[in-house]
Amino acid sequence: MTGESTKGRWLTVALLTPTSAWFLVMLVMPLVVVAIFSFGERSAVGGYTASFTFDQYANLPSRFTAFRNTLTYAPFGTLVSLLVAYPLAYFLAVKVSPKWRLLLLVLVIVPFWTSLLIRTYAWIFILGGRGIPTLLDYIGFEGVRLINTPFAVVVGIIYGYLPLMVFPIFVSLERLDKRLLEASNDLGGTPFRTFLQVTLPLSMPGVATGCMLVFILLMGEFLIPAFLGGGKVFFIGNALVDLFLQSRNWPFGSAVAVTLVIIMLITVSLYMRLTMGRAADRNESIM
Amino acid sequence: MSKSYKDNLPITATKLMEELERYRKGSVSRRHFLGVTGLGTAMAVLSSAVPGLAPRKSYAYGDLGDRLVFSTWPNYHNPVNVEEFTEATGVNVQINAFGSNEEMLAKLQAGATGWDVFVPTNYTISNYVELGLIQELDLSKMPNYDAGAQNPLFAGPATVNGKVYAVPKNWGTTGFVLNSNEIKSGPKSWKDFFEVTMAEGSGHTIVHDYQLTTIGAALCALGYSFNSIDEKELAEAEKVLIDAKPHLFAITSDYQPGMRSGDAWMSICWNGDGLQLNTDLPEMQYVIATDGGEIWSDFYAIPTEAPHLEAAYAFVNFLLDPYVQVREFASHGYASGDSRVSAMLPADTANNKILFPAVELMNGLEFGAAQTLTDPGRAELIARFKSA
Repeated sequence: MTGESTKGRWLTVALLTPTSAWFLVMLVMPLVVVAIFSFGERSAVGGYTASFTFDQYANLPSRFTAFRNTLTYAPFGTLVSLLVAYPLAYFLAVKVSPKWRLLLLVLVIVPFWTSLLIRTYAWIFILGGRGIPTLLDYIGFEGVRLINTPFAVVVGIIYGYLPLMVFPIFVSLERLDKRLLEASNDLGGTPFRTFLQVTLPLSMPGVATGCMLVFILLMGEFLIPAFLGGGKVFFIGNALVDLFLQSRNWPFGSAVAVTLVIIMLITVSLYMRLTMGRAADRNESIM
Repeated sequence: MSKSYKDNLPITATKLMEELERYRKGSVSRRHFLGVTGLGTAMAVLSSAVPGLAPRKSYAYGDLGDRLVFSTWPNYHNPVNVEEFTEATGVNVQINAFGSNEEMLAKLQAGATGWDVFVPTNYTISNYVELGLIQELDLSKMPNYDAGAQNPLFAGPATVNGKVYAVPKNWGTTGFVLNSNEIKSGPKSWKDFFEVTMAEGSGHTIVHDYQLTTIGAALCALGYSFNSIDEKELAEAEKVLIDAKPHLFAITSDYQPGMRSGDAWMSICWNGDGLQLNTDLPEMQYVIATDGGEIWSDFYAIPTEAPHLEAAYAFVNFLLDPYVQVREFASHGYASGDSRVSAMLPADTANNKILFPAVELMNGLEFGAAQTLTDPGRAELIARFKSA
């Protein structure tokens, strides 16, 4: 029996070692380096000089606009993606006949076969002067500017992140026990009430996962604002790219990155506490 | 000896113009496209980078290995030349495209790039030498380099402390392009450029996402040097830029799509892009500002830690061959300071005002200065302007 458990322990160690090593080398160590850099100084020609100073953190207010933009566009983009994705996921999981479901699901995945970069670049031409604005011109709306506006950025976000939102919701809706809907119907529930009190609560795990995925990725987004915002809608991700690749101010870039990580940890843990708290409440009320 | 790249040479003037035409029709410059996508991960593998194709043996150049990493700018080479180099030597060229000198410097400073050859601009070379990032060149390994044929104006920055660290590639100017169907007032200077931006061209002007040219333009508009790092002058330039920002169409160095779609009417512009736009759309006019601007010269250099040194020399030597340079010109449209190349170009090329501006305009232009690249004040200014 002792032999069994020792063997089991070794197996556990053997299975966890690659993951732990990966985690340590690829995530923890870089984060430590970034944290150390954030207390340093920019050397005369750019890069990093060892030092211990809080100057970089004191300089954070100079990137206030970027932080504000990221902290408004990320939640807003997540919300809009959710509103667009939910009906689509619902349709795919509940309404569509199984015969078509696979094909339609593949259509949702197909864009992933091409780089987001290329697809976002394509939107420059769709939203640019010879794209949709020309069509609007024909039907009487003249001089509409779409490209390089906050609107274009939000369109890009919805387009880019939609599948990430659709799939988790789809999965949780697909597992929904249809008999519960019938039961609700039998007990006199209107379709709307059934949706609100049965379908929606049961799909919440998918919604929570989808929102988390999209929100976390949006916090680091830089491609969409650079391409579709024309460099005029500036996210914290853009500030980071600039600091590391253009001004080569690694210490300040590190301080911005550390701050972003802290903000994310706080937001995500609050969010998890909130959603998990909800789930716990519901379990209690069922009992 | 196997097939040499000289088999189908010399190029005729007709063939050159055909190639140029083909290039112009198909090409949209993406100078900053790959840069802005960030992190230098965007790889433009133009050709020959398929390692599965076993290289043939017995090359004129001897055994150079089978691979070479080359970092350059987007749309800056003729794929035919690169293919021929691979055929002649068996060396597959992996091409990385970058959007700014700052980004190249950032990569080299971080180390372990694996680059064998790259293309820095004049004002960065002394910085690279100081940081020990590039090596002195052994010119005897590049017989195609003819020092006597070089225009010293463009070759000069390659020599630091009497040692040659780079060989010249192409040169050009930075001015602005305007759509004359939309902008009627005919701006001639950077001062006009910013005035038009705030009035007639409001909502339709592009400035580069590049500190050198964008801050430089604002400084020239104020009558200061393109290269100024004076705090007071930079503060004034910042005000010009911040005031103009609400009137801008975009802050991007990938300005051709905006100009072509008609959304943008005016943009800071490199003359090669100016030539491409003007060729396709005659209303696109390239202007060298009367109050200054940039003249620049690009080079080939070899990083200190280049892993494939012999292949690097062979590649640069190949690209310096005048015939190869003519075909490069046919592809990108930038002039060479090598008199052997100029002699081979069709006669009307020499009269092209976008390629070879009038002397009095040229005299007002400045080369970028070494401290302009590294000055923290300018780096921070552009960052504040963008995040404002």
